[in-house]
Amino acid sequence: MIHFLLRRAAASVLLVWVVLTTVFLALHAAPGDPFSRLTDPRIPRTQQQRLRAVYGLDQPLPVQYGAWLRAWLAGDWGQSFLYQRPVAQVIASKAPTTFLLGLSAFLVQFVLGTALGVAAATGRGRARDRWLRGTTIALYSLPTFWFALMLALVMSRGLGWFPAAGFSSPFAEERGVLRYALDVAHHLALPALALGLPPCAFVARLVRNRLLEELSKVYVTAARARGLSEARILLHAAHNASPPWVQVAGLSLPLLLSGAVVVETVFGWPGLGSTTFAAIGARDYPLVMALAAISAMLVILGNLLADVLLALLDPRVALAMETP
Amino acid sequence: MSPRPFGRRPPLALLFVVALCAVALAAGLLAPHDPEELVDPAASAGRPPLTRLWAIEPVEGRVLVVDDQRRVGDRLVLSRLGQTVELPVERVATITRRDHWLGTDSIGRDLLSRILFGARTSLLVGVLSAILALGGGVLIGAAAALGGRWLDQLLMRLVDGVLAFPTLLLVLACALLFEPSLWVLIALIGGTGSLVLARLTRAELLVLLGQPFVEAIRGLGGGPLRLFFAHLLPNAATPILVATSLVVADAILMEATVSYLGLGVASSGPSWGRIIADGAPDLGRLWWISTLPGLMLVLTALAFNTLADRARDALDPATRGADRVGGTGAGRSAHGAGEALAA
Repeated sequence: MIHFLLRRAAASVLLVWVVLTTVFLALHAAPGDPFSRLTDPRIPRTQQQRLRAVYGLDQPLPVQYGAWLRAWLAGDWGQSFLYQRPVAQVIASKAPTTFLLGLSAFLVQFVLGTALGVAAATGRGRARDRWLRGTTIALYSLPTFWFALMLALVMSRGLGWFPAAGFSSPFAEERGVLRYALDVAHHLALPALALGLPPCAFVARLVRNRLLEELSKVYVTAARARGLSEARILLHAAHNASPPWVQVAGLSLPLLLSGAVVVETVFGWPGLGSTTFAAIGARDYPLVMALAAISAMLVILGNLLADVLLALLDPRVALAMETP
Repeated sequence: MSPRPFGRRPPLALLFVVALCAVALAAGLLAPHDPEELVDPAASAGRPPLTRLWAIEPVEGRVLVVDDQRRVGDRLVLSRLGQTVELPVERVATITRRDHWLGTDSIGRDLLSRILFGARTSLLVGVLSAILALGGGVLIGAAAALGGRWLDQLLMRLVDGVLAFPTLLLVLACALLFEPSLWVLIALIGGTGSLVLARLTRAELLVLLGQPFVEAIRGLGGGPLRLFFAHLLPNAATPILVATSLVVADAILMEATVSYLGLGVASSGPSWGRIIADGAPDLGRLWWISTLPGLMLVLTALAFNTLADRARDALDPATRGADRVGGTGAGRSAHGAGEALAA
């Protein structure tokens, strides 16, 4: 396992470097730079040039790249042009809200999806299974942004059950920790549902199909012949059917950020998603680089977590990791 | 569950797709109004579905849009924005009925016409992206499967690396950076789709290459081109085409998302995503503007997804209902998890 993790770490560093270099080149190849939008007529054109010189943006690309790489290796993420604060501070202030949203959506997606999948598999061919199949295709066809809008329209504006936007009510944090937590949860419900419900269809189908595959195997028949309860049998089958589930869960980690871009925009949720959007639009080079690094790390982390979990679930996988 | 191939059940999804294509092609004939036309915006903006208005064109001066018009003697009594206006009949040049079956948007354009023309954008993006994805995917997949170990490793590591990132994030980032034209957007969506199809094509081809008939053809002197086009491709076509149908749905949803976020193309006519975005600020008051094009969007994606689902069942009863391919799901599903595991 140690060897495996070390090899993985080395590959990860390489991957992050490749991703960041690609993003660096793409950013600089794109039209415009952080100061090209200073079009206020009162600001003289020479001021733009001076600002570019101050931030070193007038240097040749390789020089800029070298300067950026040196700063990064020293742990300096730079200053955000958009927020006029250190990038690390911007991210630290936005990441927890996105993490909260992502985690809730993740729970919706996997808990509900798994439950639906098990329900469909155990009721194979019955009305329940057919109904769930139709439902999952419909969920799969829902565009997240429109679903979010419709949730806001019906649940918030129509029925008035949930607040339409924001992270918490004004001054809610002054009313005690419990009240504040409830208030945040109240605001969180719709975005989490919007982000988690459409992809839960994918999980439900996966669980149904893998579980049915397992349940059709000989050992299940043998277990039944020995008089094991259906619940015990299901547990065994679920254990054997779980690896793809784990894999999908790991691969879903970076999806939290991309889904967040859309959902945070609709619900005015103050997180990394809407920041990503603003940062790329404003050509905020340092912030975009940091966000790209975070996405890459989420990808790596998701895959790594999935692999470690797989090794824990299936000793054969653990054995394969030992042999280089 | 009984198998339901196309022959035994009328494929509603197919009818829907055909009807939608017809509607998109004939949008110019079917649309009651010009989708960008603004006539007396103050009076026609934000009208609910099933609104009938009248456009009164005076001999001189601008056109008035009124809720009701009736003739009293030699005067025309008009009610406009809750006020009554009178006009001598001889000063009126034309009176035209303006039916807004689905209402008007927040600045007074006819919603039905906009949705009909929006179908053009959606289908254009969906179909062209899918064609691009199909071509690119088969090319990359075939090159990886047949081009030897090094090319295979190189191509597949690249595909894996790119697809490790959510496709929606990739497309959004590129769209934000390069403010694309419609064609660039299609290239972007088709490009990411081709990576998904490349993986699938390679996997299918590798399975086929391991079968004895390939050896037989080689032994009989069939060249690599003949082997590929006459034997491998037809055998791998079914799952690839099914996955392409999923790519169409994904591409349509992705274009709508990009347009909704304001990164789409303004100049190329209405797009469902853009109409939804236009209605979003007034969602509570003018609910129909965002709701109706969204319904069309869902129905269209549903039709293509259902087609893929049914085709998979009909053509491949052995894996009925099994997800052999995950779509890109507008960048949300974790595609290829099964393949990743098998590798």
